[in-house]
Amino acid sequence: MLVRAAIRSSRSSSLATAQRRLASSLVFLEHKNGKLNDSSLNAVTAAQTLGSDTAGIVVGSKSDVDSVLEEVKKIDGLTKIYTAASDDYAHTLAENVAPLLASVLPAKNISHLFAAHTAVGKNVFPRLAGILDSSMIADIVALESSGDVFTRPIYAGNAILKIKSSPKDAIKIVTVRTTAFDKAKTGGGNASVEEVEAKSGDSSTKYVSEELTISSRPDLSSASRVVSGGRALKSQENFNKILDPLADALGAAVGASRAAVDAGYADNSLQVGQTGKVVAPELYVAAGISGAIQHLAGMKESKLIVAINKDADAPIFQVADVGLVADLFEAVPELTKKIEGAKA
Amino acid sequence: MRPTVPRLVNILVPVKRSIDYAVKIRVASDGKGVDTNVKHSMNPFDEIAVEEAIRLREKKSVKVDSITAISIGPTKSIDTIRTALAMGADSGIHILTPENTIIEPISVASALKKIIEDKKIDLVIMGKQAIDDDSGSTGGILAGKLNWSQGSFVSKLELKENGEINITREIDGGLEKITSKLPVIVTTDLRLNEPRYASLPNIMKAKKKKIETIKPEDLGLDFTPRLETISVSEPAKRQGGGKVESVDELVSKMKEAGVI
Repeated sequence: MLVRAAIRSSRSSSLATAQRRLASSLVFLEHKNGKLNDSSLNAVTAAQTLGSDTAGIVVGSKSDVDSVLEEVKKIDGLTKIYTAASDDYAHTLAENVAPLLASVLPAKNISHLFAAHTAVGKNVFPRLAGILDSSMIADIVALESSGDVFTRPIYAGNAILKIKSSPKDAIKIVTVRTTAFDKAKTGGGNASVEEVEAKSGDSSTKYVSEELTISSRPDLSSASRVVSGGRALKSQENFNKILDPLADALGAAVGASRAAVDAGYADNSLQVGQTGKVVAPELYVAAGISGAIQHLAGMKESKLIVAINKDADAPIFQVADVGLVADLFEAVPELTKKIEGAKA
Repeated sequence: MRPTVPRLVNILVPVKRSIDYAVKIRVASDGKGVDTNVKHSMNPFDEIAVEEAIRLREKKSVKVDSITAISIGPTKSIDTIRTALAMGADSGIHILTPENTIIEPISVASALKKIIEDKKIDLVIMGKQAIDDDSGSTGGILAGKLNWSQGSFVSKLELKENGEINITREIDGGLEKITSKLPVIVTTDLRLNEPRYASLPNIMKAKKKKIETIKPEDLGLDFTPRLETISVSEPAKRQGGGKVESVDELVSKMKEAGVI
């Protein structure tokens, strides 16, 4: 929450800085199968801290670019959308997309590239930084309107680093922690569209296939409520049987600790923590999670943390707003029933 | 058809000495870093990288000619290289830098590039991120500098005799399979393998393995940081709100907070 306050205060001074800045920002608009990944909207908000001209770029197969274009043109605050369409870009392979961006950024006089710190962002942008010989500024939670001072968590969020980028890094390549920035609004924008020439790398890397975990629940990274389970659930069957009804009663996404994922109780795409996803929902329910620092790194910005654990000394209770020392196999079903009762 | 010549693969495994993952870190009093006078060990993702290199040799689907562990840092980084040697790496390279200096990912990548070109490396296996700076960028920067293929966040790796490589990567929402050809940079995810412990005899043997020490100036490189540290601070403290006695109390607290 502190971070958001900092961003608001820097926004108020951004108008004055806009006049001083010559170059402009570009936001990489991530999409999957022709649908915008809305974590890109958080990156747009971060970019607008600089108060300058902000453009977006959509890279993908022709059909994906066409289907996402109408939506992204309407993002508030984007003045221009660059598009690059080619079958080579279909699955956002870093080997193809990074060289394209490396040619577009200098040609369009871009000073800052912003992207969400997602699996795609983490894969493509370091490579781009390598091609441009520029530093990679990863996972920022705040930036100053001057455009060269950035704040990012280190040591699993146990320390906060503020850095100043040097003019040596002519183009700043920045990925944004989505939970630290609001989403840009959509619907009011009317950006112009400019196609840029497709340019691919000469790599031997080819996409083969993907296996996605299908879920009818909200997406974990953007859900406003998350119910998470740990090793104490003891089996995959219990994990689903105990947590799913509570998640459904709350309209929540399901998450997991690394211990639960490693034990095979939950898919690894559900992992919350330093090496998994970082979430900051309104409500985070941790059931049977001890609260290792690596897990806390992924959820301690949540607004209300509820912990249910048998062990009264579990570290999770040090961050939980509401803690209940109880056997989750009894407490969680009872909680589910009472929440359903409260709704009825 | 001529039989394919068995390919000799030279593997480089960069390893980082970082504060042990179990240590609760403290911000240093000067506000410019963290207290480093604590237990250090090999970055956990790098252990997975060393393990994978050794397994590739054991699988024998390709002939692994050499496994070189490399670390950049102060004298104590040699301990980290020794750990890799005790696990099964053949030899080590230590790029010696002064105590308490930050070597940024871009500098590490520049140094690795020089070594890779010098030592005829075909495959780099490295951790997806260091748990100290959490930047997660060195592998990608290196791949970009070399214009090599990259497999990031890898949870499964198959290397064939002809140099083709099948990679399963962890992506948001599931897994992605890609295929590529050597040379390639692979970054490891947690689920790639379970690293082995070094046995005592192997720790003894590792003492005899060769570690070459290089100075940055020998490589013609400048490791001066480009990013200036303004401050390192404690994150905003979160106060636990205390415990409740029953599910009913829990429900009423949640109602108070407006979440139900």
